[in-house]
Amino acid sequence: MLALAPAHAQETVKIGLILPMTGGQASTGKQIDNAVKLYMQQNGDTVAGKKIEVILKDDAAVPDNTKRLAQELIVNDKVNFIAGFGVTPAALAAAPLATQAKVPEIVMAAGTSIITERSPYIVRTSFTLAQSSTIIGDWAAKNGIKKVATLTSDYAPGNDALNFFKQNFTAGGGEIVEEVKVPLQNPDFAPFLQRMKDAKPDAVFVFVPAGQGGGFMKQYAERGLDKAGIRVIGPGDVMDDDLLNGMGDAALGTVTAHMYSAAHPSAANKEFVAAYKKAFGQRPGFMAVGGYDGIRLIYEALKKTGGKTDGDALVAAMKGMKWESPRGPIMIDPETRDIVQNIYIRKVEKVDGELYNVEFATFEAVKDSGKTKK
Amino acid sequence: MTTLFTILFDGVAYGMLLFVLACGLAVTLGLMNFVNLAHGAFAMTGGYICAVLVNNSGWPFFAALPLAFVSAAAIGVALERTLYRHLYTRSHLDQVLFTIGLTFMSVAAVDYIMGSSRIFIKLPAALEGQFDFFGVGIGRYRLMIIVICGLLTVALQLILSKTRFGSRLRAAVDDPRAASGLGINVPQVFAFTFAFGCGLAGLGGALSAEILGLDPYFPLKFMIYFLIVVTVGGSSSITGPFLASLLLGIGDVAGKYYVPKMGPFVIYTIMIVILIWRPNGLFGRAAAR
Repeated sequence: MLALAPAHAQETVKIGLILPMTGGQASTGKQIDNAVKLYMQQNGDTVAGKKIEVILKDDAAVPDNTKRLAQELIVNDKVNFIAGFGVTPAALAAAPLATQAKVPEIVMAAGTSIITERSPYIVRTSFTLAQSSTIIGDWAAKNGIKKVATLTSDYAPGNDALNFFKQNFTAGGGEIVEEVKVPLQNPDFAPFLQRMKDAKPDAVFVFVPAGQGGGFMKQYAERGLDKAGIRVIGPGDVMDDDLLNGMGDAALGTVTAHMYSAAHPSAANKEFVAAYKKAFGQRPGFMAVGGYDGIRLIYEALKKTGGKTDGDALVAAMKGMKWESPRGPIMIDPETRDIVQNIYIRKVEKVDGELYNVEFATFEAVKDSGKTKK
Repeated sequence: MTTLFTILFDGVAYGMLLFVLACGLAVTLGLMNFVNLAHGAFAMTGGYICAVLVNNSGWPFFAALPLAFVSAAAIGVALERTLYRHLYTRSHLDQVLFTIGLTFMSVAAVDYIMGSSRIFIKLPAALEGQFDFFGVGIGRYRLMIIVICGLLTVALQLILSKTRFGSRLRAAVDDPRAASGLGINVPQVFAFTFAFGCGLAGLGGALSAEILGLDPYFPLKFMIYFLIVVTVGGSSSITGPFLASLLLGIGDVAGKYYVPKMGPFVIYTIMIVILIWRPNGLFGRAAAR
């Protein structure tokens, strides 16, 4: 019996899941945690003869916490993966640890381009802001939007969104008439929105972190920008499925580019949405699908290595992996370890009395242009 | 030109809101000489109570507002009787440590009970949108804030300067021993004043949810604003904080409109300039205790 015990302990693969479960980004953490639980319910908790154990830690989106937690997980708990990462600074804080310990870091949420370049062990299953912002930039220039005012949160993802949008929109002949960066912790959008209104653009390009979108849309309507004929466009973060219904009808007609909508019309997604709703009583957002695919990536990689948990072997197994996600077909780029996926242009519409991002155009297999342009 | 007035209007509404949120703190800090950093927690409580009543129990918004006041005041008086009064005679450092602890507890408690995402209160349709007044965009909700807060300010000023309670309070503050010798029940006056300040914070919290946003971090996020209002205004009267709130509200909104790159720093710049000019605040007493 005693001789068996250590051998038995090796049969467990541990995943350290670091997410913001409290604080302003908690909805991201909850969606990912839910999605991981859902996937494990559906697919069992053993892969290639190993038992999967998830250790959930809350970093409240504070990078110092992320770093400490990642270190504890790697050194004390001897985890085979670190995963999650609600915001860019958190993903970056853990990167050197992943490199040092040769532990794969699966980024399920954070969306700045540079992340995967910070460690050869980082693989991303969410999206990059460059993917959606370039697409909406092209789309806007081609669809009668000439003058755009931009309102973006003043931090790395906001600047990514702004720069990639600007680059493609102006290349397509569009003009930026006003550029405002709002502080990340911004209580009141009123003065900024007034500035947008006075600039009389055709549309406002907006990126605020998921969670602030509701506040933005309410004040957009309050100030009458919708009635002044100024449309809202942007990457899909502002129209998170999580918040959409709370925004009210002011959100109708907003056009965004993103990789996932709960209304994506595929069988895989219908099944995913139904299962998620049944388990947690609400619809999944884009963060949930990032987590769902992240845990799936871990499962498939372990299958490929036959349960071997060597970091290099796992990352090699993940490179080039392809599958049908609820968001559509996706692939892990073998060169950049970043995700390649369809980006959809969607418009907010009412379906069965609820607001949804209804997809109407698809850009297939979009790579992160933050890297391909280099 | 009309834009200037729109900015002015938004700024006044923002300032009025700051005043209602902060004037309770001006009272406890200035009149009672008690450092209550948990003031924002009472504001948040009022906000959440209003949100639960309106969103979950279907109360009309205007009926929920007074209840936000009353319940924040009730919680205030309960805490004053059980916890706060033991700290009146303690040092300011003890008061700061105690109340900041209370703030963290309130943040964790609300995060646990209500979740951490931002909450909106369902407003009546009449309060939504803007109307046009000679080309100036007037937000209905912001107009309501100006009206409510304006009336409150006048009432507050009258209570403090004209009523019997006001004179008792001023007597209790200036010389508690002599006041109790004259038959004024000093602890009771303080308890009532404290509760009233908490009630105002609660009302401010309910009103601010729409504009400032309501989440469990409210007390920490806005503590700095409350303190700026009280420092700039001086804590010896309520006229000071009132003018300070208006100045900061207009300064903040105008700064973000005209120099968006400077945005959040305008308010700090105003504070620094005023404090260099008048170190005790606009209406501070040079010999304040």
